[in-house]
Amino acid sequence: MTDAYSPNVEMLRITDLHAFYGESHILHGIDLSVNRGEVVTLLGRNGAGRTTTLKAILGLTGRRTGSVMMNGRETIAMPPHRIARLGIGYCPEERGIFASLTAEENLLLPPAVGSGGMSLDAIYAMFPNLAERRASQGTRLSGGEQQMLAMARILRTGARLLLLDEITEGLAPVIKQALGQVIRALREKGLTIVLVEQNFRFAAPLADRHYVVEHGRIVERVDKNELSSRMSTLHELLGV
Amino acid sequence: MEIFGVSLQGLAGQLLIGLINGSFYAVLSLGLAVIFGQLNIINFAHGALYMMGAFLAWIGLTHFGINYWAALLLVPLLIGLLGIVIERALLRWLYQLDHLYGLLLTFGLALIIEGLFRYYFGISGESYEAPEALRGGVDLGFMFLPLYRGWVVVASLVVCLATWFIIERTKLGAYLRAGTENPKLVQALGINVPLMITLTYGFGVALAGFAGVLAAPILQVNPLMGSNLIIVVFAVVVIGGMGSILGSIVTGLGLGLVEALTRVVYPEASAVVIFVIMVIVLLVRPAGLFGREN
Repeated sequence: MTDAYSPNVEMLRITDLHAFYGESHILHGIDLSVNRGEVVTLLGRNGAGRTTTLKAILGLTGRRTGSVMMNGRETIAMPPHRIARLGIGYCPEERGIFASLTAEENLLLPPAVGSGGMSLDAIYAMFPNLAERRASQGTRLSGGEQQMLAMARILRTGARLLLLDEITEGLAPVIKQALGQVIRALREKGLTIVLVEQNFRFAAPLADRHYVVEHGRIVERVDKNELSSRMSTLHELLGV
Repeated sequence: MEIFGVSLQGLAGQLLIGLINGSFYAVLSLGLAVIFGQLNIINFAHGALYMMGAFLAWIGLTHFGINYWAALLLVPLLIGLLGIVIERALLRWLYQLDHLYGLLLTFGLALIIEGLFRYYFGISGESYEAPEALRGGVDLGFMFLPLYRGWVVVASLVVCLATWFIIERTKLGAYLRAGTENPKLVQALGINVPLMITLTYGFGVALAGFAGVLAAPILQVNPLMGSNLIIVVFAVVVIGGMGSILGSIVTGLGLGLVEALTRVVYPEASAVVIFVIMVIVLLVRPAGLFGREN
C-alpha cells in the first residue's frame, strides 16, 4: 500500500515560503517538511503565522513566494482548487460550515480529491451525531457538531493530507477527547496530518514532530522522542 | 359586476397585464439575484442585455429568417456567451473592490450597448410578430386571454421555478449557495470557483436575453426598452432582498400585481407605487423581505 506509514517518503515540503495579505508581509520564509503518514503540529503564539502557513499551502493568502511541493509537484503558481485536487483536505479555524446548506449537503459538498475516501456510512459510524442531524441547517448544529462536520467533510474526499486548524478551540473536554481519538484513527489509516494547535496537551501525544512558529518563521523543531528533554525550551517559546 | 368602479372584465385585464409585467420583473430580477450572489456585482448592464435579446430576436427574424422558437433558444445562448466574454475580460478584475466599481462598469457597458443600438436602429422602434401558434386568444368567460400573453406568464414561471429548483435542490446549487457564502473556502475544497463565477454570469444574463425574446412580440423592440424597465427591476431586487432567489421571483410577480391593482384603484400612483414600497421596505427591513440580515 502506498499510503501506509512511510516516514521516508516526503509528502509536503515547504521552502522559504513568504506570504502577504495586501501590503503586510506575514510569513518570512517558512521551511518545513512532512512525510507520508506523519502527524505534525505547528505550535506558537497567536499571530505567529500558523494559520497563515496552512492558508498559504492552499494558496488562500495574497501573494506568496518560495516553494510548496506536494508529492514532488510545485504548487506555488497553482490556483487553490487545483492545489486541493492534489489530495489536500482543509479544516479552517472558523470551521466554515455553510448556513445555506443542510448538514448533509455540507458533508457532500467537497468533490473527491483522491481515491479511498470514507463512505457516508463509515462517516456516520464515526460521527453518529451527524447522522441524526443530517437534515438540519449546517449552522444550527452545536459547536462540537460543526467541528465534527468540518472534519467529516474532508474525510469523504479521499484527501491524503489534512490541514487542521485549531480543531479543539472552544470545545468541551469530552469532545476534545473524541477528536483526539479521531486523529489517532486517521493516523492509523495512514493519513498525513498538519495540525495547528493552541492546546499543547492535546497535540503532544498525537504528533510525531512539532514545529514552533514565531514571527512568520520556524524557530524550533522538536521530534517526539526529544519532547521530554526539550520541554523547557517549548515552555519558554509558547509561554505554556 | 363592478369592483372599485371597474368591471370585472377590466379588472381581470389589468391583473393579467400586472402578471405579465411581474413575469418580466421576476425573470430579470432573478438574473440579477443570481449574479449578485456569486459575483457581488450589481449588474447594471442587465437592462441593455435584455434589450439586446429582443433586438437579436428581431434581427434573426427579419434578416436571417430565424423563427421565434429558435430565437427563444439561440438568443439566450448568444447573450450568455457575450456575458462570459464580459466577465472574463472586464468584471473579474473588480471582485476585490467595492460594489460600486462593478456597478459603474456595468452602467458604462449599458450606455455603450444602448448607444450602439440607437446609432444603428434609431429610437423609433421595431415590431415583432407573435409566432403563428400563439396568435389569437381564448375566451375564459370572465375575460379574453390573448394566447401569447398567457404563454409569457407560463414560460417565465417555468424558467423561474427551474432556476429555483437547480439552486435550492441540486448539488450544483449547493456549490452556488456555498460559493455565495464563502467562495475562498469552496475553492479550497477543490471546486473551480472562477469557472463557476464565469458560468453564473453567463447564465444570469442569458435569463435577461430570454426575457428580451419573450418581450419582443408584446412590447416595441426599442433601444431604450431596457433602461425603462431596469430601474423598476432594481427596486424589485431591493424589496425582495439582494441575492435572494425565491425573494426575486415572488417579489417580481407580486409587485407586478400590486402595480396593476394600483392602476385600477388610483392610476396616478401606479408609476411610483413600487418605489414607495421600496422606501418603506428599506426603512423597516433594510435587507429586503426575503434577505438575510447580516
